[in-house]
Amino acid sequence: MSDTQWQIFEVFHQQVRGEPHVYVGSVHAPDPEAALILAKEQYGRRQASVSLWVVPEDAITATSYEDVDMFDHGTDKSYRESFGYETTKRIKSIVADRTESRGEA
Amino acid sequence: MVRVSPTRGGQPGLRGDKPGDPGYEENLAAFESRVSRGDKVEPGDWMPDAYRQQLIRLIHVHANSEICGALPEGGWIPNAPSLKRKLALIAKVQDEVGHAQLLYRAAETLGKSREEMIEELISGKAKYSNVFHYHAETWADVATISWLIDAGAIVNQTMMAEGSYGPYARALKRICYEEAFHLTHGYDMCITLATGTKLQHDMLQDAVNRWWKPIMMFHGPGDKVSRHTDLLMRWRVKMKTNDEQRQQFLKQYMPKIYQLGLTVPDEWEMRFDEVEGVWRYREPDWDEFLHVVRGNGPASALRLRTRKMAHEDGAWVRRALQSAAGQSAVGESVAGAG
Ligand SMILES: [Fe+2]
Ligand SMILES: [Fe+2]
Repeated sequence: MSDTQWQIFEVFHQQVRGEPHVYVGSVHAPDPEAALILAKEQYGRRQASVSLWVVPEDAITATSYEDVDMFDHGTDKSYRESFGYETTKRIKSIVADRTESRGEA
Repeated sequence: MVRVSPTRGGQPGLRGDKPGDPGYEENLAAFESRVSRGDKVEPGDWMPDAYRQQLIRLIHVHANSEICGALPEGGWIPNAPSLKRKLALIAKVQDEVGHAQLLYRAAETLGKSREEMIEELISGKAKYSNVFHYHAETWADVATISWLIDAGAIVNQTMMAEGSYGPYARALKRICYEEAFHLTHGYDMCITLATGTKLQHDMLQDAVNRWWKPIMMFHGPGDKVSRHTDLLMRWRVKMKTNDEQRQQFLKQYMPKIYQLGLTVPDEWEMRFDEVEGVWRYREPDWDEFLHVVRGNGPASALRLRTRKMAHEDGAWVRRALQSAAGQSAVGESVAGAG
């Protein structure tokens, strides 16, 4: 009974135009067209859908969860984040200084 | 970089996945600490062989139950009392079969093929939920199944959706969304019958009387009888014991059953213990439960016959898909690329 052990296609589903396609699961199918039909039944039957992608699973190259180093930020990278800057605090103190010096004058 | 899909994995016999294998204890400790932090386990990850086997068994039984659950209700589609009920019932049956497909895929990521699982269901080797070993005798049975059995299933599935195995948890999130409609439609059917003529009310009461035993057994053997529970809970394969799930179901639904003017059979001696805040009942006969799920229920033979017939009648679809494969332009380009 091994008549349906076809290739696996990974399925990506888009709910609304403009939003990203989201990975939802996979189907077995003999070709991409059939994969789309099966994916529509499995992942596009009930909720809002505007588009589906199917990708042969062996076309995907992935990182491994074991490679934690790959995403590890060895050094402080706050210089590329907005929280890495104290603009509000700095501007407040500048404004305060100005008011002070005007008061003295 | 590895050339694997998110759902590949599933190669059984990964090195060191059995007690006594070199490295097993270290791997197990790392695995258990990940799981206890609430991390999801994905197909390619290291996992103890016992975890893999328990999940395959569990998801396989769950998938079979979705398929077999569609059968008693499917049989009633031609006799639905109105077009609206018929459409809703068709949609529910379609959902249940879809649930089975999602679940077989989830189990496949652990290394057992869908064909093998379907074969084991048809040959009677694999189990499915006790409740589908009984006949749906009247339309009120359809209403009772859709309300109370789907309610029981939701208690179980919302819990399992928090489990540690990624593909199963994700499939369950999708499934739970659809179950909400089954439950509400079932409740709606029960409200109609309970508030209709005396004949309708009696028909519903009769259905509840006959279904109460399977429903009380639905969440499985009591905690005193059930084995493996501790390990399954530690590995977050299961988050609540069978008795805890049964209590949750009773607390939620006993009041609703009474509210519809219905009762449950006296022999169960159901009463709410105000002091402890739990339902008390006569313990189900778990030997009878095991006897039924081993294929000896009133409808067991019929279920497998129907399933086998459906599988054989569907063979032409699989053949047609196979012979059409690669004949489209898209198919060729991929075949060429592969
Ligand atoms: Fe279901
Ligand atoms: Fe359901």
